[in-house]
Parts: sequence; structure tokens; C-alpha cells
Amino acid sequence: MFEKKKSIFQRLKEGLTKTRDNIVSGIDSIFHGFSAIDDDFYEELEEALIMGDLGAKTTEQILDNLKEQVKERHIKDPQDCRQMLIDSICRQMDLGENAYEYEKRKSVVLVIGVNGVGKTTSIGKIASQLKEDGKKVLVAAADTFRAAAIDQLDTWCRRAGVPMIAHQEGSDPAAVIYDAIQAAKARDIDILICDTAGRLHNKKNLMEELKKINRIIDREYPECYRETLLVLDATTGQNAMVQAQVFTEAAGIDGIILTKMDGTAKGGIAVAIQSELGIPVKYIGVGEKIDDLQKFDAEQFVRALFDVKRDE
Amino acid sequence: MAFESLTEKLQNVFKSLRGKGRLTEADVKTALKEVKIALLEADVNFRVVKNFVSAVQERAVGQDVMNGLNPGQMVIKIVNEELVSLMGSETTELKLLPGNEITIIMMVGLQGAGKTTTAAKLAGKLKAKGRQPLLAACDVYRPAAIRQLQINGEKQGVEVFTMGENHSPVDIARAAVEHAASHNQNVVLLDTAGRLHIDEDMMDELVRIRNAVPVTQTILVVDAMTGQDAVNAASSFNEKVGIDGVILTKLDGDTRGGAALSIRQVTGKPILYIGMGEKLSDLEQFYPDRMASRILGMGDVMSLIEKVQAQVDEEQAREMEQKLRKASFNLNDYLDQMQQMKKMGGIGEIMKMLPGMGLNMKAKDMPDMDVTEKQMARTEAIIRSMTPKERENPDIINASRRIRIARGAGVDQAEVGRLLKQFEQGRKMMKQLPGMMGGRGKRGRFKLPFGL
Repeated sequence: MFEKKKSIFQRLKEGLTKTRDNIVSGIDSIFHGFSAIDDDFYEELEEALIMGDLGAKTTEQILDNLKEQVKERHIKDPQDCRQMLIDSICRQMDLGENAYEYEKRKSVVLVIGVNGVGKTTSIGKIASQLKEDGKKVLVAAADTFRAAAIDQLDTWCRRAGVPMIAHQEGSDPAAVIYDAIQAAKARDIDILICDTAGRLHNKKNLMEELKKINRIIDREYPECYRETLLVLDATTGQNAMVQAQVFTEAAGIDGIILTKMDGTAKGGIAVAIQSELGIPVKYIGVGEKIDDLQKFDAEQFVRALFDVKRDE
Repeated sequence: MAFESLTEKLQNVFKSLRGKGRLTEADVKTALKEVKIALLEADVNFRVVKNFVSAVQERAVGQDVMNGLNPGQMVIKIVNEELVSLMGSETTELKLLPGNEITIIMMVGLQGAGKTTTAAKLAGKLKAKGRQPLLAACDVYRPAAIRQLQINGEKQGVEVFTMGENHSPVDIARAAVEHAASHNQNVVLLDTAGRLHIDEDMMDELVRIRNAVPVTQTILVVDAMTGQDAVNAASSFNEKVGIDGVILTKLDGDTRGGAALSIRQVTGKPILYIGMGEKLSDLEQFYPDRMASRILGMGDVMSLIEKVQAQVDEEQAREMEQKLRKASFNLNDYLDQMQQMKKMGGIGEIMKMLPGMGLNMKAKDMPDMDVTEKQMARTEAIIRSMTPKERENPDIINASRRIRIARGAGVDQAEVGRLLKQFEQGRKMMKQLPGMMGGRGKRGRFKLPFGL
């Protein structure tokens, strides 16, 4: 397990070192070159956090907190300050014990998000991993809207060797879910994963449709364990917060899949979302291959956050 | 987390400063602190914000506050001007070769930006302009990407050139251009696979395509919701492949779209179109000044003004005013006004464009608006169920006419009654208007119906 974890951090780092630009890699980059904790130091820290998409508000909170701690504990060394900051974000992002409870139960996993974040791809990866763990998995193709979305999911399912329930393009997604639930019960499926169409959270009708899907699951399969995952593109900025809020109102969210973490984006908005809404990140996507979706590791995530690019 | 509008914030900051004649350094600093946060919340890149703020500071300090403005508004005015000039002062058109040559447009971008959808929309747009476009499916990696392009191409009535997934994108591009040459097509749109800007091999593939066929325009497709990383992606694509323009997608969401400014800043390349939804017509021209307002959170007032001007026929407006004065306003006119409002995109659309409303409005605050629009549709149905005579002279509507109308519109009789009553009240109010307007003498502005 540890090996696996390490490889993903490697991958995150690799992503960064691939650029030909000057990169000071390693967690210490921003903390080196400062002998004292002064305004410049805080400013540099502010830059790192904002450039990581944590947002102005969360960044300010974190820095205020840090400044207070530094004063209280009479910390003089930037290195200690660094550790404190990392520890506090890590603590906040920590998943606790029951984060992946759904894997052990009969469950329905509903995967939602705006357009183009990587819902279908993520589902392909999760399905394949669960299948490898010996689970009986079924996938419901409820993105009946986007052209060829069903074909795309079908390709992933065949790669994973997992069955899929689908209707025609343009049909009612709730009906697909209904059928999939009946099939899941009949075939004694462990985990039913439902793909949904990408929807911008400000489109009211689409959000109503999502609520309907959610209701169908509750009504038709009340005994199942519910897990609803919001897929967020790590390159998304502050709008991700609004997405998380509105999707929570519509369907309730148990966790986030943060995709496209193999680029240069840090996905820092996830920290803001965790602190504001208490929704944890559960998976991160680091590539297009089937095993490129990994369970979340807070420490690696925070390390990568401070792995800043500097133009020197 | 709805953003408080910048205008509001600045008004609070400057409450105590009303009537000051000149912007002091302290004033400007306080105001710019808010501007900085607003820009960061809009996802403008940190470094771009820093440079921008210091540039504005330099310009603003010591400036006279213009007549009729308070210091906050004055700062906004300067900020807005600077922002517009950064965004590029005018609308840029997509560059096309003359019709007897083949224009080759290569769409590039990260995964999930919306390249395939946008390529098809653009093809449809060019077709509508009288070009003969061809879509070429060069994404051989993502499952079903080719199929997606085929379906979208079909919807637009544009041919899609594909060779399946077993050829290199370079070969496909080359063959597509040959195909276009032999089939009298004069625009080839290459839909390439989404790729990370740090993936050297994949970036190299784009360079190879560009070397294999004479690409006229390379267009970077960017998700408007992109955060701080937009500069990294855009500058990499620009440096490694070279881009000529940008299309910003998913602006029909509620993102402020600060990425637009960052990208413009680091690449210097114009934004050509913005994606505003799923329909073909939803690929719209880009207006730098409106984007500046949106990023600042000042609402798209300009767009509203323009839309109102375009849709409301001046002549009609004058006629209407005449009618109002003579109180000969009837249900036909009422219907007309509703049609005009619909042309502008309905009440919801109009509200969205007002400062401090749309972008800041949460989805859950919207239902009321929908009710209003639904109500309007019902009203329309009722009026349309009347005979021309009844519309001109609602007074003749008696009980039996009312039953017929209600049945025709599929509503309750009481609802018909309510509408008539409302209309009568409105007309009474208007009878009193001419007196009020008379004092001002001039042409009086056209007003939206019934308190809207």
C-alpha cells in the first residue's frame, strides 16, 4: 500500500518536473531563503496558497490562524512554521476511518458533477478497481444527454470487465437508474455505480433531474448504503465552491473525486471546500490509465500544494 | 458562497468619504484591497492581479473625482477602464482565408474543456456564414470521442471525416485536408484530443500536425471555470504549439471567468468566442468590456442596454407611448410587450444581467423567476384564446365568453377574470400617467410593462 502511495506522489512530482521551466521542487522551496518569519515570508506563503486555488478567503483564514499560533508559541524558525501549517491542513483533510465504508456494503454510488470534469473516466477506473478487489459491480449509464457518452462508458466497462445497464441516448436517466437498481437486486450486485450527465449547477431543470434520480434510488433501494461522489476538475478555480454547495443541496455529497491532478494545477479549492462545507476528498485522478485513480492521501496532497513553481 | 458585489463593497468602504474632491493614496489603497480580493475570487491569476493593482494605484492616486461620482465609483471607473484595455479593446474576428482556399483550424486544449462540442458549433456557425466546413476527428485516444463528433456534426449538418482510431492524428489531418480539397470544402476543423500541457509527447503531436498541414488558426479551448492554473496551461500551449486565439467555454455557468484575463495577459492572444450553452447559437461573439464587468462582478449592464436597444423597435415604442397617452392601450399591446420581453430572453435573463443580481444569484433563489415566467406563458395563452375583437375591447367579455376563453387556454375561469381585472387596473394607472409625463415634455423613455 505504501509503495502505491509513494508512486502517486512521484507521479504528481513528475508532472511538475516534466516542465522545462525552472522548478525548485520539494516541499521546502518556499520556506528556504527565509531566515525569519516576517511580512515577506507571509506574502510568499499567501502567494503559494492563492496560486494553489485555495481562494482569497481561505488563504486569509489560514494565514491569520498561523500568525496567531506563531505568536502564541513564540515560533521563530520558518521551518517550524512550515511544519505547523502542513500539519494543520493535513489534519483538516484527514479522512477518518469510515471513508470507504461503501466498499464493504451493498451500495449505490452516484457520481455527479459539471461538464468535462471526468465523471465517466473516473467511474471506469473505480469500477475496475472494485472488480479487482472481488466485488460484483454494475454500472448504470444515466448520462443519456451528451453525444456518445454511453459509448464512452461502455468502452471503459468492457476494459474493466464490468456489466453496464443502458438505454437509448435521449431517454429518461431516472428510468435507467430504476432499471439498474432492479438489475442490481436481481443479480445480487455489491456495488452499483451510476454515471450522470454533466450539468452546470445553475441550470435549474438539470438539478431537478438530479434530485429525481436521487429520490428514485432512495425509494427503490432504501436498504442500500448511499455514497454520492462529486467529481471536481483540479484546474477549476473558485467556482468549485459554488458547485459543491449547489450539488450538496440537490443530492448530498459524501466525498469528492479530484481529477486531473497530473497537470500543474494543485486543486487547492478542495481545502476551501473541506473547511467551509466539511466535504472530504476521497479520490484523486492522476492520469488516463485505468489504475490512475487513487485513494486520497492528505499528506501527499499538501506536499504537492507547496511544491511551487518559481521563475527565477 | 455568493459574492458580494464589488460595487456594494466599495460603496461601504467609501461611505465616509462622500464628497471628497481628489483620490488620496489611502482611499485608493483601501479600494484596491477590495478590488484585489474581487479579482482573486474571480480566479484572475495572482501575479496578474498584483501587477494590475499596482498599475491602477499609480494611475488613480491624485486623480480628480469626477462630477456625479463618489470616490468608490471613481476607482471602479478607472479599474474598469484598465481592465477593458487589458482584455483587448475590441472584438476580434476569427481569421479565415478567402473562399477559394482551404482554411485549416486546429482546436487544442486540456481534457474536458469542450473542444469537440465547440468544434461542431463553430463548424455550424461557419456553415451558416456560407462556408463549406469539414470536421476532422483527430482524437483517437478518448473512448467514443469520434462518435461524439459524428453525432454533433450530424446535428449541425456538417460532414465529419474520420479514419477510426488506428491512424495517427497527423495522417488523419493530412487526409482530411485532401478530402476537403477534392470535395469542394473550404474550412477544415481539426478536433484534437485533450492533453496536458506538460505531456511532451502529446504536445509534440500537435506540432507535427501543424507541420504536416498548413494550419491557418490554432485555437485554444479553455474552460471558463479554470483557476490559477490557466496561465500555466495557456502559456505552455502558446510556447510549444503557438496559438492564434482562444475560445472560452461554459460561461453559461455562474463563474466570474477571471481566467479570461489571465490568459489574455500571458499569451497576448485574443478571445474569439464564448460558449454559452449547448445550442449552436450559444457560441457567441466575445466582448472585452462585458467580460471586464463580469470579472469585477458589476453585472453585465452593457449587454442589457444593448439587448434592450436591439429588440425594442423605436417606432413601436413611440406608437406605444401614443397609445398610453390616449389610454387606448388594449390586450393586443399587452401581448406585444410580452413578446418583446421574451425576445430579450425572458425575465430571468434580464435579471441575470443586472448588476449585483445574476452572477451572485444562487440557483435556489431562481424559482420565483420561473414562476413569473410561467405566469407570463399562461397570460399569453389566455390572451391568445380571445378573438381579435375581445382583445381590442376587453369590456365586451361576458360570462359565456369567459368560459370559452378559459377552456381555450386550459385555465380556470377565475384566472381569466383576474387577468382582466389586472389589465383594467393597469390601464387606469396609465390614464393618470400622461399628466405626470406631460410635465417633462420630451419623448419619455419606453417602460417595461407593469412594474417590471
